[in-house]
Amino acid sequence: MNRATLVFALLLALALPLSLLAGRVWLDPATTPNAALILGELRLPRAVLAIIVGGGLGAAGAAMQGYLRNPLADPGLFGIAPGAALGAVVALWFGYTASAWLLPLFALIGAGGAMALLAAIAGRTGGIALFTLAGLMVASLAGALTALAISMAPNAFAMSEIVLWLNGALTDRSWREVWLSGPLVALGVLLLWRTGRSLDALTLGEPVARSLGIDTSRLLWLLILGIGLTVGASVAVAGIIGFVGLIVPHLVRPLTDRRPSQLIVPSALAGALLVLVADSLVRILPLVTELRLGIALSLLGAPFFLWLLLRMRRGLA
Amino acid sequence: MMLETSGLTVGNRIEDISLALEPGTITAICGPNGAGKSTLLEAMAGLLSPDSGTVSLGGTDLSQIKPRERAKRLGYLPQAHEIAWDVSVRSLVALGRMPHGDTLAGPVDAALDAVDAAQFAERRAQTLSGGETARVLLARVLAGQPEWILADEPLAALDIAHQLALIRHLSATAGRGVGVVVVLHDLAHAMNHADRVIVLDRGKIAAEGACENALDQRVVERVWGVPARWIGDPGARALITG
Repeated sequence: MNRATLVFALLLALALPLSLLAGRVWLDPATTPNAALILGELRLPRAVLAIIVGGGLGAAGAAMQGYLRNPLADPGLFGIAPGAALGAVVALWFGYTASAWLLPLFALIGAGGAMALLAAIAGRTGGIALFTLAGLMVASLAGALTALAISMAPNAFAMSEIVLWLNGALTDRSWREVWLSGPLVALGVLLLWRTGRSLDALTLGEPVARSLGIDTSRLLWLLILGIGLTVGASVAVAGIIGFVGLIVPHLVRPLTDRRPSQLIVPSALAGALLVLVADSLVRILPLVTELRLGIALSLLGAPFFLWLLLRMRRGLA
Repeated sequence: MMLETSGLTVGNRIEDISLALEPGTITAICGPNGAGKSTLLEAMAGLLSPDSGTVSLGGTDLSQIKPRERAKRLGYLPQAHEIAWDVSVRSLVALGRMPHGDTLAGPVDAALDAVDAAQFAERRAQTLSGGETARVLLARVLAGQPEWILADEPLAALDIAHQLALIRHLSATAGRGVGVVVVLHDLAHAMNHADRVIVLDRGKIAAEGACENALDQRVVERVWGVPARWIGDPGARALITG
């Protein structure tokens, strides 16, 4: 276990109980009425879901940056998050939200469609440039179709529901979302963890990785599946939550020897921590309505991204 | 084991190349820009699929050898010096052990010593100069202890002292039975240090054999299109051009 894994596991263990107590009304298990019910049915599933979603997005970000050898890469680039969002928007558009399973199911189908499209375009050759372009294309297509769905929404209520859902949140989630996303994200993180050795070899470029015996096609498939499962399942239960995959590897990297393989597990833990803390903060903020988690993380993520760019520019100068 | 190509053709970059290279020797691949040197090396490393013809190692077609097994036996060093992350020199060199599935300190230390890089083994990649980077990347290949080393212009970023040290090291490595194939732009290095030279021109073999013959001044004049004259004694030749 490396230092980063230990640090973020400890921080997560500290943050979890605090997050369970945090809210507009701080919970005191001894005096708050129905404390057990609030904890067991509202706060605990929400906290576990934050850990699942953040863990998946963090691991996906670390794997993406390792694969593209670019510290500015984000899992959103692959088009899987927009694909999942499109699936969910279709469910909202047709009003298929009567059953609580339908929306996440549609989102997973959307993520699966984006994965299949990526695999069909770039899967056979395994080239990084083609893969990135295919991802951008899938992302733009899904984005355009989502915009079309919004602009042609059957009524104002559907439109506002879609827009609200797109700004991800963990409000009013239950154990159902935990059971739906938990196994998928866990499997995804496991697949991404298995890419570690190949990502290390890619540090020296694709030809060297291949000369070291790395099967770059297999690596690509593992990544498509791993990112599809983690990001797809996360979007399915929480909507679009950006920037986690971008920010988290940067928080983790200084604590490791910077090999991509050493980043994946600690990035999952750090992503879980970030989303858990952010979700607790949006609950505490004294606003009229709760700030959407997706908006909060974008407000945090965009300046971070800018700071990163400025730091890189200084490094290049 | 012999490394052989037979009728090797890759796109329109190299055409009908048949060679049989002996282990324990240094073979230099020379030729003008765009002659197909790097393509030939990549195909010999099993990284490019031939359109026709074969590359074989010890009589077995390279495409029939599992990638990891091939990686143990053929060490490939590309021309580009790409290091994406700021990892330590030791971690970089240890990547050479990947096909073996270990990170044994012995071969890694030996490789660092061989390129005179042991003193900066704990430094980070982004603090290295161009020459230091070139040496570390060669050490990565050496750490894998391959049967064949296929290096694309390993001397390009080195000062003359390190060029000479590296050539001597490659000679010593070849002396231990490892086959060495290097793409070289400096014809004097090829003339003085290689056992055999292959001259490529527009994707085809223009001359091949012992250095004195393959790099004869008439070959140099014909292939590179410049007036050329060798001076000095065998083993210490210099090329005067223009």
